[in-house]
Parts: sequence; C-alpha cells; structure tokens
Amino acid sequence: MSEVNLDRRQFLGKTSVGLAGLAIAPGMMLYDFAHGRAAGEEASGKVRWGMLIDTNQCQEGCNDCVTACNKENGLSGGTSPTDAQWMRKVELKDMRSGRTTSLPVMCQHCAEPPCVDVCPTAASFKRADGIVLVDKHLCIGCRYCMMACPYKARSFVHEPLHDQKPDVPRGKGTVESCTLCVHRVDKGQQPACVEACTKADHKAILFGNLNDPESDISKRIRSVASTQLRADMGLDPGIHYQGI
Amino acid sequence: MKPMSAKPFSRVESRYFYALVAAGALVVAVGLLAAHFMEEHGHIVTGMNNQIVWGIPHVFAIFMIVAASGVLNVASIGSVFGKTMYKARAPLSGLLSIALLAGGLSVLMLDLGRPDRIMVAATHLNPTSVFAWNVLLYNGLFALVAIYLWTMMEKRMNPWSKPAGLAVFAWRFILTTGTGMIFAFLVARQAYGSALLPPMFIVMSFAWGLAVFHVVQSAMYAWNSKTLDTEILKRLKNLLGLFVIASLYMVATYHLTNLYFAKQTGFEHFILRDGGVYPLLFWAGYVVLGSLLPLLLIFHPSLGKTKCVVAASLLVILGSFAFLYAFIIGGQAYPLSTFPGYEVSSSFGDGQIASYTPSLPEFLLGLGGIGIAFLITIIGTRALSTLPQDIPDRRK
Repeated sequence: MSEVNLDRRQFLGKTSVGLAGLAIAPGMMLYDFAHGRAAGEEASGKVRWGMLIDTNQCQEGCNDCVTACNKENGLSGGTSPTDAQWMRKVELKDMRSGRTTSLPVMCQHCAEPPCVDVCPTAASFKRADGIVLVDKHLCIGCRYCMMACPYKARSFVHEPLHDQKPDVPRGKGTVESCTLCVHRVDKGQQPACVEACTKADHKAILFGNLNDPESDISKRIRSVASTQLRADMGLDPGIHYQGI
Repeated sequence: MKPMSAKPFSRVESRYFYALVAAGALVVAVGLLAAHFMEEHGHIVTGMNNQIVWGIPHVFAIFMIVAASGVLNVASIGSVFGKTMYKARAPLSGLLSIALLAGGLSVLMLDLGRPDRIMVAATHLNPTSVFAWNVLLYNGLFALVAIYLWTMMEKRMNPWSKPAGLAVFAWRFILTTGTGMIFAFLVARQAYGSALLPPMFIVMSFAWGLAVFHVVQSAMYAWNSKTLDTEILKRLKNLLGLFVIASLYMVATYHLTNLYFAKQTGFEHFILRDGGVYPLLFWAGYVVLGSLLPLLLIFHPSLGKTKCVVAASLLVILGSFAFLYAFIIGGQAYPLSTFPGYEVSSSFGDGQIASYTPSLPEFLLGLGGIGIAFLITIIGTRALSTLPQDIPDRRK
C-alpha cells in the first residue's frame, strides 16, 4: 500500500511541476517574443537593448526616423543650436575616397556611459537592460553630461515647454536625450524611428536584444561586419553601425 | 590681530565703508536679478546652446574657485613654512579664499538649469562624479578655512593654527586637483582629457590667487593711507613673477604635447592660430597682456614699484579671464571627433565650429559673483580686522 502511495505522490509531484511549467511557459514565451515588461516588473540584465544601423540602406535626404522621433517624444523639430535634437541625420564624406554615407546618430546607450559617470546627482543612469536615461526629478541642469558625451547625443531644454507627451516627461532646465523609446519598448513595441524606417521600406535600423544569441540583431552582428562609433574609447555602445 | 597703527573707524572711513558695501550690494543685486531672469525664461536668454554648454558664467566661476585656492598660498607660506611676513597676511588670505569661493560657487549654482534643486545636489551624491567630489571639497574648504581663521584670531586657539594651516594646505591642493579633473576626465573632447590639467590648474591658481591678493592688499593699504614696506613688496612681486612663469611653462607643455599628437593638431591649429577670437584671447590676452607684460612690470629694474605691481596683478587677472575663455569656450567650440577621417555635417552642428556670443544676463551673473566676493571681503575685513600688520623687526 505504502509503495503505491509513494508512486502516487511522485506522480502527483511530477505532474504538478509539469503543469506549472506549462502554465509559466506561455508567459516566458511571450516575454521572449514580444520583449514586453509587465507594469512594476524590473528591467532585467538578461536583456541588452541595442540597434544595428545599416548605413547602406539609410537614404541620404530621408529624415523619416528623425521626424518620427520628434513626433513620438513631443520635440519641436526645430534645428537651432538651442533646440533639442534627440536624433539627427549625419552626412559623412570619406576624406580619402570621397565616398558619402548618411546615418542617424542618437544616444548610443553605452555599456560604460561617461554621462552616468560624471553626473553629480546620479540623475543620468543606465537601466539594467542597457537603456541610458535621465531622471528628470534629479537632474539639476549642470550640463556636465553634455560635456562628457562623445557623441553629442544630449540636449538641454532652454525654454519653457508646452503640450508635453504624457509618456515622455521633459522639463525646462534639465538635460535629455534619446530614451530608445523606453515607453514603447516596455510595452513590447519597437522604437518610433525603427518603425518609421521600416514603414519607408528602408529597413536600415534593426532593434533587438543583444544578449540573446538567437535574436535577429545578434545573428546579423555575427554575420556582417559592423562597428560602434569611437569604439576605441571602450564605452561599448549598444548602437552598432554597418557600412562605415 | 587688532590693528595697531590704523585708527578706530572714523566717520570718514565709515562713510567709505558703507559706500563700498552699497556698491558691492548693487552689483550682487543686479547679478541676482540676472539669475532670476535666466531661471524665468530658461537659458534661451543666454548665449549658451547645445554646443557651447558652459559659457561666460563658468569663466567667472572657475576663475574665482581657482583663485580661492591660490590665494591661500600666502597663508600656507606663513603657517606651514613659518614665514612671519606671510603670517601677518594669513587672515586676509583666508578671508579672500572664503570670499572668492562663495562668489564662484554662487555663480555656478545660479547658472544651473534648476538652481532650485540645489538640495538635490547636496543629498544625492554620485560617487563616480568629480562634480560630486567637488561639492564635498568646496564645503570642506569653507569649514577648514573658517577653523583656520578662528585658530589665528582666537588667542587660546593659536597653538592649533599650524596644524589647521597644514590641513588647509593639503585640502586646497586636492580641491584644485578636483577642479582640473572636471576637464581632465572628459574623454572625448580634444581640448580636455589630459592629466596635465590638474597640475596646470594648481600652478595657475598660485598666480591668479596672488594677483588677487596683491590688488586687495594694495587697495586696503591705499584706503588706510598706509604704504607697504618695499622689502615685502619685493618678495611678493617676485613670487608673483615666479608663478606667472610657472603657469606659462605648464600651458606651453600642455599645448606642445597636443601639437605632437597628429590627432590633436587640428584642435591646436584652431585654438592657437585659426580660431579667430580664441587665438587672439590666448596670445594677446593671456600670453602678452596677462603674462609677458606683468613680467616686465615686475622684473624690469626701473619698474616694480607699488603701482607697477598692482598693474601687473590686474593684468594677470585679465589674462586669466582671457585664458579661461579660450580654454572653456574655445574647447567646446571645436567639434567632437565622432567620425575620424570623415568630413561631417548635420543639423546639430556636427563637424562645425560652434558659435557663442555671451548675453548681458549671463555676464551680469558672473559679475554678481565678483560682487559677492567683494562684499564678503569688505565686510570681513572690517569685522575681522584682517588688514596685514607688519612688525618692522620681525619681518623675515
């Protein structure tokens, strides 16, 4: 009798583990596929968000990514030296060969961000998933991060703001930069610039999890030659470029 | 430290005193109004932008913070190395340090995008930030110099003035190292990111601080109808000359090392030759007017009298502003080398020399900082009687 009972207990134990696994799996799968994050759930170090920008696909004169960024984040789109530009198109001309290239530049979401190192109040911070952000409640507007950033990725809000986007808090007198559309990414969506580039059928920006060897971005980075801007500085940016 | 030869404050002196306080207060009030205007409208009313993020307020602030450390040299030579002639000047040196530091920090604080959040800076310190270290260093200097002044002025505490002086001596070296590191830690800017900057700032602080000391001491002596002993004048002016030469040496070394690195020559050509206002300020402002002319005034056999030394000191101060303008603003105006080997253009000023025109409010804010330093010096001098008193036979 007792042996039978033991078998039954083992059977129940094993099946419940299996059932629990089956119950959790869809959640895990969902997480893996959509990269979403439940409200209140912390960003995980298992993920490192990044981009691969194929400059061969990026069209000179096309500004769709920048326009989408401005619209998504409530930026004016002005280009005076005091206007915020989280993303801009940069035109390059090789001084030796004369070859021209066009590419978008924004916060490079470094693994070793100088802006985070120098910020006196720790307002500049890096999330566990690699996204570099500014806490608008802690930023005192000293602009030291702007001095430290090698990519000129940051803007200072020089004027009072109106009609802000609820998802994208900004503030006069504070510093800001590309958030990698963190509010979208947390909902399992792609950053606005990626979506716009895909919509324009250029598909120059690939977004994904650099820490997942099976993600499209990881596979591409393994198979094509790509580089990071000023890789010599050892900051390990999350934005990779192909074709420069 | 009671004044020996100076009479108790007469009515005339009182009138002068209040007139000076009123003048200082007016400058401070205008500076505060300018800061309020900047906070109300945002930095759009300044000449600063996303390319030149630090402007003329930082020139004023960094001058005052660096000079605040250097002016303590006089006290250090007195307390640490036991020279009586300098000891008599230690209280004034300490007072000037507090005054300059307060002026400089006020400008830095009021230029912040969110000056109302200054408590955040005091309560949220990022341990990897040299700015955060400096918050501690500046506050520490205030406290140490205050204690130092106390040990000198309170008879019972006199035995402690040497250790206090020693602590101040060490602290200010670390403090100016910290100020130099603000720039030395900037990895990507051609103008900065050099380990030479902290020692360069320390040496320059000696010259700038002593120049300020000379000017203030001369003014105090003139207003009190006193003349400085020629022997003391000779020593102080020679010291200033030495510091000016040492500063030139550090600046020359900094530029020469940069010139030697091919990747840096573009920047050096810009800052020393092609950059318009920046080379002009560097050569005419810092080198000629701020260094060579003062050296002539100090060391020429037929010159070197009180007026020449005051003129030399004023020129050193002028030169320091020219140097800092070229260093801070010229350093930012030169584009970052994000794409070495490429010609770069964008809507965000990539690859272009940035332009900057200081606006009146930001200039007045900087001037307000000088006003704060002036006011503290005037009131402190009267309240604490810091006018240097030399005892003729114990001058050495």
